[in-house]
Amino acid sequence: MYPKWLWPVFAVPGVLWLILLFLVPFYAVIGVAFGGIDPIFMNPVPSWNPADWQYDSMIATLKGFLPGNSYWTVLVRTTIYVALALAGSLAIGYPVAYYISRHAKRSKGVLLALLVLPFWVSYMMRMLAWVNLFSPNGYINKFLVWTHLVTTPPDWLNGNPTSVVLGLIYGYVPYLILPLLAALDRIDRSVLEAARDLGASPAEAFYHVTLPLSKPGILGASVIIALPMFGDYYTPNIVSGSPKTTMLGNQIDIYFHGGPQPSVGASLTMLLSLFLAVLMAYYMITIARAQKELQA
Amino acid sequence: MSAASGSRAAKSGTGKSGTGENGTGGRGRIAERTFSHRLKVWIANPWGHPRFLVIVAWAYVLISIVPVIVAVQFSFNAGRSVTVWQGFDLTKWYFSEPAYSVWHDPRLQHALFQSLKLAGLDMLIATPLGVLLAIGLARWRGPLASASNFIMLFPLVTPELMMGVALFLVFLNLFKFIPPSTTAQVLGHVTFSLSYVVVIVRGRLFSIGKQYEEAAADLGATPWECLRLVLLPLLLPAIFSSLMMVFAISIDDFVISQWLSCGSDCDTVPIRVYSSTRGAPLPSINALAAIMVYMTLSAIGVAWLVHKFMTRGERPEGRGGMMQNMGGFDM
Repeated sequence: MYPKWLWPVFAVPGVLWLILLFLVPFYAVIGVAFGGIDPIFMNPVPSWNPADWQYDSMIATLKGFLPGNSYWTVLVRTTIYVALALAGSLAIGYPVAYYISRHAKRSKGVLLALLVLPFWVSYMMRMLAWVNLFSPNGYINKFLVWTHLVTTPPDWLNGNPTSVVLGLIYGYVPYLILPLLAALDRIDRSVLEAARDLGASPAEAFYHVTLPLSKPGILGASVIIALPMFGDYYTPNIVSGSPKTTMLGNQIDIYFHGGPQPSVGASLTMLLSLFLAVLMAYYMITIARAQKELQA
Repeated sequence: MSAASGSRAAKSGTGKSGTGENGTGGRGRIAERTFSHRLKVWIANPWGHPRFLVIVAWAYVLISIVPVIVAVQFSFNAGRSVTVWQGFDLTKWYFSEPAYSVWHDPRLQHALFQSLKLAGLDMLIATPLGVLLAIGLARWRGPLASASNFIMLFPLVTPELMMGVALFLVFLNLFKFIPPSTTAQVLGHVTFSLSYVVVIVRGRLFSIGKQYEEAAADLGATPWECLRLVLLPLLLPAIFSSLMMVFAISIDDFVISQWLSCGSDCDTVPIRVYSSTRGAPLPSINALAAIMVYMTLSAIGVAWLVHKFMTRGERPEGRGGMMQNMGGFDM
């Protein structure tokens, strides 16, 4: 009923937009990473032709990732922070999602609305709130002193790794819970009933049925929050701001906004993309698969 | 999210579906009627309901929301502190204080308008572009279509920092006619919002199917009439959800705005909040952030009402619910 050329015509403007402002920019990162540096102004001169690529800054950056060197420390630190934040988020997020999907009855609507609320409060607003609470004379320290848990209030906001991990958890848990909830909701209840009918205890049914069935959801939700956490530089800056808690994102930010070496920054960005490629691919495959299911 | 469909399952399945701690829930159908009795049963029977989970869930919800409420509270502080409560003043940091209130501090006022400007332009550009792309990608077949679909998914999974660096470098080195500016910021915002629009609209496209357009064509409608009189009205709820979604992610964005910023004239609210937290913030920063919260929450309220109005008469189990549209990216 529609002419065949109509659909490509519909798609062209958007696809062109993405090519010009998404793919080409990534090529610009590669060009700058393998480009030279203007000797007078010290700004990068990108090389667009792969034949002209220079590998000096990339090799120098790669050397930094050897164990013991500076980027290695940052990479290890970033991975540890992200892993801890991910574990913490799952420890909080899974029980919450499980409760809402399985047991909440009348409170389900209210709980869902409250869960979605943080999505509509800007991330920076939530970080501001967090910093206000943890500031030297903020409510948290007042509470700790009042309950005599500590005598001198701890300094949360100057290079304290605990605060960075807590900040990451606080910032990203909402993005974990909703996909997890969707995955848990999709589990067929009759499977659980069958497990119980066949004599499994509630704990066994959970361990042998619910948990394995929610594994794709756990993986997917973890990838969803791990990706932005690896690229995060603002959270450590806000809750710590100290070089002792620098993450990879901070390192990239510093090279562009503070330092004179954008080509090193570009190399770091490229390496970070390669490092995250597996996670990104996994996420893309799951989205594509979900869309195929919708289509069917 | 698919939670809406899950709640029905929850109702029919509660009780006998013995998972986790819920062992004997099926018994108290009649007893559940009075609140005091329910409370007694709840206290007397440690296995009736997963108390640990109840506590974790509500504690989480409280912890996620209370800090924001406290931050909003301090936007009404009568003093200059954001951590010590010095009395209530409704308007001081919003507009009465002559030099530092949101309205009178030019930087704060400018940031507010910059954020709204970016979000507005983003909505105006990304929504039509995304709707067309969604329709095109959903119906166009062939290797080029698959490649386009692949490109479309990329922005969804790319960490914002990488996109920020990439756009920053491309405007600096290749598209030199666009310096870091409001224009660059708008282009960046559209780039990352586009795919969200596509995902939302495409979900709706699949759920309405082709039968309505085919019926219209059988009855003599031209292709143009099919698009305008059948498809467009059916897509309206998704278009509306997309507008809200684009507004929300644009208002919330920090990374792209910062990387493409031209300096203090391009500061948005998140950038202003970010740069103030490390200094000595005044409650006016809380007021600025709070204004954004009021705006998004009232926008969501309106959106919910409008969406309810638009999809009235549709069966609720359909795939077009707003919650579900907005979470179209769930796993």
